[in-house]
Amino acid sequence: MYVAVKGGEQAIANAHRWLADRRRGPRDTPELEVPQVEGQLRLAVSRVMAEASLYDPELAALAIKQASGDMVEAVFLLRAYRTTLPRLAETVPLDTAAMRIERRISATYKDIPGGQVLGPTYDYTHRLLDFLQLANAEVAPPAEAEETLADCPQVLEMLDAEGLIEREEDDGAEPYDITRDPPDFPVDRATRLQMLARGDEGYLLALGYSTQRGYGRNHPFAGEIRLGTVEVEIVVEECDAPLCIGEIEISECQMINQFGGSRETAPQFTRGYGLAFGHNERKTMAMALVDRALRAEELGETATGPAQQAEFVLAHADSVEAAGFVSHLKLPHYVDFQSELELLRRLRREHTTRIEAAGSDVDTPADNVTPRASHNDPVKEQQA
Amino acid sequence: MTSARRQRILALTPRERLAEQWARLGITPDYRCVRGPEVGMAMVRGRMGGTGNAFNLGEMTLTRASVQLMNDGVATDADTELGHGWVKGRDTRHAELIAVVDACAKRREWQADIEEGLVAPLEQALDAERHEQAQRAAATRVDFFTMVRGE
Repeated sequence: MYVAVKGGEQAIANAHRWLADRRRGPRDTPELEVPQVEGQLRLAVSRVMAEASLYDPELAALAIKQASGDMVEAVFLLRAYRTTLPRLAETVPLDTAAMRIERRISATYKDIPGGQVLGPTYDYTHRLLDFLQLANAEVAPPAEAEETLADCPQVLEMLDAEGLIEREEDDGAEPYDITRDPPDFPVDRATRLQMLARGDEGYLLALGYSTQRGYGRNHPFAGEIRLGTVEVEIVVEECDAPLCIGEIEISECQMINQFGGSRETAPQFTRGYGLAFGHNERKTMAMALVDRALRAEELGETATGPAQQAEFVLAHADSVEAAGFVSHLKLPHYVDFQSELELLRRLRREHTTRIEAAGSDVDTPADNVTPRASHNDPVKEQQA
Repeated sequence: MTSARRQRILALTPRERLAEQWARLGITPDYRCVRGPEVGMAMVRGRMGGTGNAFNLGEMTLTRASVQLMNDGVATDADTELGHGWVKGRDTRHAELIAVVDACAKRREWQADIEEGLVAPLEQALDAERHEQAQRAAATRVDFFTMVRGE
């Protein structure tokens, strides 16, 4: 527990002034402009938008600049801004099948309608530092094919048509919204997906990886990964038809996972799903792995790995919440710490007294060792 | 031309291009803003597996505006000459411009100009851009072939 303290205004003001100077950096180099961040650090912008849960590339770029590139801080800034805006509408669920494709690959079928489209990817690069970029070498414009891209239907629909994979059908259920009501565990899949979509990428990546290493294995295949733009439509009372308000960049991953079946139902592949703002391929893959892991109970699997524990996974996925609670340790805990000091000194005095009373016997029985009292520790409360 | 189809083209078009094309028509009505322009958000929804139940993905910024045409400083027929504009992001001028075009399109004398001189060329420009982007994507299309093991 921490207590409020006063004072330090001048120190804080000067600290922030120095921070601004540090953020600006050496004055003999040009100041970083927000359009440069937006246009040249696109993947950072995507990540901040996804984890802040607000799609606005310009503001995400501003947040990155303001945070000196600290992504968690940038997510926090954009998340905080989000709370200042009213909600004007809800969108029609995105039709990702109608995505204008920039990248679309499947690891399950070699030949798919529309083909395997690599798009602007870091895959197949050699991961060698490009020293030409130190010298800002000219960059060639992208190649263009003579023909345009053919339609790219969803790969999993092909399996779906054969009944080999569980169907995803809309029963019209209104999704829970964690921004309106806090999640109450256990939560349904719509709630889980909303929480995973804003979850920290590194955290989800580690959890997804853990399922691959055997902690809740679910035997995934990347059925389809697609990146591109989708048009967004809203329903408003002024107009009967849904209205398109523009398009956004989006990433989607459809995992095909181990099959289950029962006496009643024939064996079928199961699904894990990942969707995120911007170009966030790794995030959506991790999200799809964790989504599938969290369906363990629904699919009658024994939860054996951390990634299958919904409350554990979801309650710790949000970087703003996690950073907030870890960071609060920096706040003054002077009084709290003083009480711990008092307790420790008393225990040590009692210990010394017992030792002296027992004469020269130096073998301390194990049950005399008192564990360090911690927050909410019943031992401490009993002794206090 | 439905207003939904017009709204779509105008929202997908960058504001600078829309303003430039609109200026060419020389339609300069008096109007007043009856709502906004105001910046807010839309909750973006996805579907599980692309086809299943909806879930809330996250929000996006959204700007809306509603205008009413005026004649000599007096509001005209409210039922027919209100215009609405919605656009992603925070560009209030873009939303207002869409609303003005929407209101003007309800006046018979401007309908053809707006359709032929504004929406049609903007739609063509969008199609051309999209075609070019699809060509870029098509240039990265591969044909994998599996190797026979042991060869």
